Amino acid sequence: MLSAAKQRRVIPGFGLTLGFSLLYLGFIFLIPVGGLLLYTSMMSWDDFWKAVSHPQVVASYKLSFGASLIGATINLVFGALVAWVLVRYTFPGKKIVDALVDLPFALPTAVAGIALVTLYASTGWVGRYLDIFGIKVAYSQLGVVIALTYIGLPFVVRTVQPVLEDLEAEREEASASLGASRFTTIRRVILPSLLPALLTGYALAFARAVGEYGSVVFISGNMPYRTEITPLLIVSKTEQYDYQGAAAIGTVMLVAAFLLLLLINGLQWWTQRRGW
Amino acid sequence: MTTQVLTHVGNPELAARWRRATDEPAWLRWMLIGIALTFLALFLVLPLTVVLYGAFEQGLQVWWAAINEPDALAAIRLSLLVVPIVVPINLVFGVAAAWAIAKFEFRGKPILISLIDMPFAISPVVVGLIFVILFGSQGWLGPWLAVHDMRIIFAVPGIIIVIAFGTMPFIARELIPLMQQQGKEEEEASLTLGASGWKTFWYVTLPNIKWGLIYGVILCNARALGEFGAVAVVSGRIRGETNTMPLHIEVLYNEYMFTAAFAVSSLLTGLALVTIAVKGFVEWLGERRTRR
Repeated sequence: MLSAAKQRRVIPGFGLTLGFSLLYLGFIFLIPVGGLLLYTSMMSWDDFWKAVSHPQVVASYKLSFGASLIGATINLVFGALVAWVLVRYTFPGKKIVDALVDLPFALPTAVAGIALVTLYASTGWVGRYLDIFGIKVAYSQLGVVIALTYIGLPFVVRTVQPVLEDLEAEREEASASLGASRFTTIRRVILPSLLPALLTGYALAFARAVGEYGSVVFISGNMPYRTEITPLLIVSKTEQYDYQGAAAIGTVMLVAAFLLLLLINGLQWWTQRRGW
Repeated sequence: MTTQVLTHVGNPELAARWRRATDEPAWLRWMLIGIALTFLALFLVLPLTVVLYGAFEQGLQVWWAAINEPDALAAIRLSLLVVPIVVPINLVFGVAAAWAIAKFEFRGKPILISLIDMPFAISPVVVGLIFVILFGSQGWLGPWLAVHDMRIIFAVPGIIIVIAFGTMPFIARELIPLMQQQGKEEEEASLTLGASGWKTFWYVTLPNIKWGLIYGVILCNARALGEFGAVAVVSGRIRGETNTMPLHIEVLYNEYMFTAAFAVSSLLTGLALVTIAVKGFVEWLGERRTRR
C-alpha cells in the first residue's frame, strides 16, 4: 500500500490519462450503448417479445449460434493442432505460416466474403469438386459454417501458442520417466495445462462468429428461415426504418456479447491464476 | 536440450528412448504437420490466392482500369479521409489508457480493460445500429439534427464515428501488455533524476514501446479501411459519396463485376499482408530482445 502511494506521487499523468480514457469511452461507447438500451426499454414488453421471438428471428438465432458453435469447435480442434505444430515442430516456411494465421484478423471481412463464395460456388476452385459429391457449400448453411470457421481461425491458435511455449519440458519428462506413454502424457499432463487457454480461444472464436456479418452475407445467400444470420436481420430492419425491431434484436445480441465477454474474462483470469 | 546432453553419454539406445518419451515418432510428426498445413492452405492460402488471381487474371491494365474509375477513386478517397481522423484519436486513447492501466493501480481497472475489449465482442452490425438509434431520423437526436440541418447517418460523420468505435481497442490492446511488462522502474529513474513527465514519456517510454505502437497503428489502419458491417448500416451506400472501399467491393460484386471487385480487394489484401508482416517483424524484435 505504501509503495503504491509512493509510485503515484513519482509518475505523473494519472488524472490526465485516465480522465481522457474514460471521457472517450463514455462518449463513443457508454452513452451510445445506453441510448440503445433506453430505446429498447421504452418498448412495451409485448412489442419487444414479438420482435425477438418472431419465427424468422428465432430461425436466425439457431443458425447464428449453431453455426458459430460448429465453427468454433472446428477451430478448437484444428487451432490446437496448428498451435502444437507451430510450437513443437520445425518445417520449412514455418515463420510464414505462423504470420499467415493472423490473416483473417487483418483481411477485411468483405474481401474474405467474396473470396470464400468464389472458392465454394459450384464453379469455384473448391466448390466444383464438392459438387461432384453433391455437397453444396455456397448459399447453404454449410457456407455459413465455413465463413465462421475462417473468421475464428486465429483465436484458438493465438491463445494456445504462448501457453504451449511456456510449458516446462520437465513435466513431460517426469511423466515419461514415470512410465507414461506419450499419449497418456499428452492426455494427462499437457491437455489439462492447455485447458483454460483452449476454452478462452474457443469462447473468443465463438463470440467473434456470432456477430460476424461481412464474410457471411456473400456465401450464405440470405434466404429467410434458412441461411439468414441474425446480424443480417438487424441490417435489413434498419434499412426498412424498423428501428424498434432492429433495436430489440440488437439488444439481444448486445446482451449475448456482454455475457460472452464476462465468460471470456473469467476464463482468462483462470488461465492467469494457474500460472500458465 | 538437457536430455540430449545427459543421454548421449555412451548410450545411444537410451538416447533414442528419451527422445521418444517427449517427442512423437517422425511419421506422426509429419502427418500432424501435413494436416495442419492442409487446413491452413484451405482456409488461408486459397482465399488469398483467389483474390489476387481474380484481380490480375485479365492483366494489369484491366486491374488499373478498375481502380482508376470515378466510383472506386471516390471510395478510396473516402477511406483515406477516415484514417487520418480515426487512427490519431485511437492512438491518443491507446497511449493514455495503457499509461493509466500499466503505471497505476486503481479500483475498477478490470472493468476498464473489459470496456476496451467490448468492440471485439459486439457485432459490427450492432455498433452501426447503436449510432442509427442515436443519430438516425427516428433516433434520439434525429429531430434535433434535422432542425439544424446536420446529417450524421447516411453521411461521412457517421462512418467516421462507427469506424472509431470499431477500431478503438487495437492500439490500446497492443500497448497495455507491453507497458505492463516493462514496468515503471525506468520512468521512475528518469523522473527522480529531474526529467519532466513529458520528457520521460518521450525519451524513456516511447522508445520502449515504439514497435508495438507501430504495429498497433498499422493494424488500426488496416481495420479502419476494412470495416464493413458497421459502415454498411450507417452509410446508406450512396455511390461516390458514402461508399467506403469495402462497400464499393460489395456493390461491384452484387453487380457481377467480379474482376473490378477483386481489383479493389487486392489493395486491401496488400495492406493486410503488410500488417501481418509488420507483426511478424515486431515479434521477431521482441524475441531477440529477450534472448539478449
